[in-house]
Amino acid sequence: MGLEQKAGDMGIVTVGLEEAVNWARTRSMWPMLFGLACCAIEMMSAQASHYDMSRFGMELMRASPRQSDLMIVAGRVTRKMAPVLRRLYDLMPDPKWVISMGDCASCGGVFNNYAIMPGVDEVVPVDVYVAGCPPRPEGLIHGILTVYEKVYGEKVKDWA
Amino acid sequence: MLEQTEVTLEDLKHLVSERALEGETVLLNMGPQHPSTHGVLRLLLELDGETVVSCIPDIGFLHTGIEKNMESKRYEQAATMTDRLDYLNTIGNVLVYCLAIEELTGLDVPPRAQVVRVILCELHRIASHLVWLATQALDLAAQSVFLYCFREREHVLDILELVSGQRMMTTYFRPGGLWRDVPDEFEDTVRQFIEYFPARIEQYETLLTKNPLFLERTQKIGVISGEDAVRWGLSGPTLRGSGVAFDHRKANPYSGYEQYEFDVPTASSGDVYGRYVVRMEEFRQSVRIVKQALDNLPGGPSRSDNRKFVPPPRSELGTSMEAVIHHFKLWTEGFDVPKGSVYVPIESARGELGVFLEADGSNKPYRVHYRTPSFVHLQVLPKLAVGHLVADLVAIIGSIDIVLGDADR
Amino acid sequence: MDEKLQPTLDALGERFSAQQQKFGAEIYLVVEPGQLVEFCKTLHDEFHFDMLSDLTAVDYWPAQEPRFHVVYHFFSISNGIGIGLRVPVPGIEPTVPTIESVYPNANWHEREIWDMFGIYVEGHSDLRRILMPFDWEGHPLRKDYPLGYEEVQFTFNYDQIDKRKPYAKE
Repeated sequence: MGLEQKAGDMGIVTVGLEEAVNWARTRSMWPMLFGLACCAIEMMSAQASHYDMSRFGMELMRASPRQSDLMIVAGRVTRKMAPVLRRLYDLMPDPKWVISMGDCASCGGVFNNYAIMPGVDEVVPVDVYVAGCPPRPEGLIHGILTVYEKVYGEKVKDWA
Repeated sequence: MLEQTEVTLEDLKHLVSERALEGETVLLNMGPQHPSTHGVLRLLLELDGETVVSCIPDIGFLHTGIEKNMESKRYEQAATMTDRLDYLNTIGNVLVYCLAIEELTGLDVPPRAQVVRVILCELHRIASHLVWLATQALDLAAQSVFLYCFREREHVLDILELVSGQRMMTTYFRPGGLWRDVPDEFEDTVRQFIEYFPARIEQYETLLTKNPLFLERTQKIGVISGEDAVRWGLSGPTLRGSGVAFDHRKANPYSGYEQYEFDVPTASSGDVYGRYVVRMEEFRQSVRIVKQALDNLPGGPSRSDNRKFVPPPRSELGTSMEAVIHHFKLWTEGFDVPKGSVYVPIESARGELGVFLEADGSNKPYRVHYRTPSFVHLQVLPKLAVGHLVADLVAIIGSIDIVLGDADR
Repeated sequence: MDEKLQPTLDALGERFSAQQQKFGAEIYLVVEPGQLVEFCKTLHDEFHFDMLSDLTAVDYWPAQEPRFHVVYHFFSISNGIGIGLRVPVPGIEPTVPTIESVYPNANWHEREIWDMFGIYVEGHSDLRRILMPFDWEGHPLRKDYPLGYEEVQFTFNYDQIDKRKPYAKE
């Protein structure tokens, strides 16, 4: 006998604007193909039929940065590749998030030498780090769900 | 550091034709991030409309400095870094490193370890060819083959996880044999796999081999003759697709390969379709080898018992004083390899994978160099791509089966 | 090491007055840089070593004379044997002639030894850096080039290193 009952009968639902916007953003986030090395193969396995990522809204991976929201940096980033990575990040339109997948992208991993950038957070700001060498596909999916939780806590004026 | 410096045409004048300098042809960058380049490969294309006039590959975007990093680690520690080179056929890199150490030190490998090594090598060959088939078909817009191949690959990765605990970077082979013995379920699981897998190969063949669209896109594309292929140093299925029947498993066998009966498939056309046919037949030959190896799996120890190089089992540590001393020495200082140098080639899924190991008597390798097949095969890409369309270039890159971790090291 | 290789080694050693040196269990032929191209032509035409397997270099710093050894491995598909050569190169202005005319796939291997060791290859058609960025200074695989590692952040020095570490802004 409240407003919700009456409104529901007429087919009207009330919800906060932020909730609706965040819900829409998470349910159709498209990742950008940025597979560099071994972690890319596990990312492809996560996209394939055994550990399906399209049930989380990531039906396809867009190669073009202009059409994607989420950048999964999968693999080791060398000093030669760092300017390319930054340029692609700048080309993505807001709102955008970054997952750093694997040990090499998070902290340099097994390697500690002149050629590898120790952690991709020196180049782009990272939201979620997923550990593993390479992380299991379930680990990557857990990382994606953590990004979703972060998105639920965001306000509209953060990206406005 | 983050600003990009420009590569001008002046530096590359000697590699492009004269028409580029007059502006008649277009210079296009097929950049490091591209859906069809199988990794971070940059190609500078000179195009006349849609036809490729010349193509300049630019690699180094995945150069990890593994060779220099291995010089500052002990021999056992350096073995974990070798997995990350060719990340689709990880066990091949570790195998060739262990074979080199065993040759320099004269370590023996028990027969059970040799047979398990052969089984795992062939299973990895199957897994690597599955990824090749998936990505090649995906580039030619046959997306369902990608899903089917990865479904099979999950079964191979389950076997690897059963044996070593890790799906991809296993480092399961150590100098002297295996890290630890295979569990009891290993034989049954592998037998189950090789019983249903031939039917799956038939499934892929019905989808692609006689498909007129696939034939149009792959026949007469990227042709190289047998003689040219040998001069350019090609090996593996890329060489066998041009008619030269050369396989390191037959020419200088390692790890007991001379006991098994298998054929070396070749194709005479030398084009993308020929290499496809060779790799499909290699699936069947690998299953044949695994079956023979499983039937002859001997019992016995799985690692050498030369305690100067191989740690003792933990059960002995409670009772024997020498075991404790050996354990201590191996864990703190590692083992020393006598002075010498050796080059060992094996047949990996891509071609001839070899390691040049130079030791100077200490517990760290003095110089390790990996001769990787993808590095050598990428050199011949400009020659294969001239005169074809850009869409054919994508098919050619798929057929030479490069992995950029292999090429850049 | 194969016994089939011994007569080949003896014949070549006599013809070019090259020494046979033992490195562990393998025997390598030591060749002077001046004779290298002639040697490779003979290997290819007469002895049927039709494939160049590997071309790499080893740095023996701080020994200066010779400082580098450029190592070649050839394989014969018809006979099924492999042979190894070593060319000693001094440390000051190291040069070695190119064998691109005999084995075309030496092209990228020689670019790699220029990039990683600084050994200049004479007569090469396209000598530029291949694995490092083209404006990099130094030759990484030399023994006097540092590994370039960064200090590990443990709990006791976490904040000190964190202040100096660059983090990306939006």
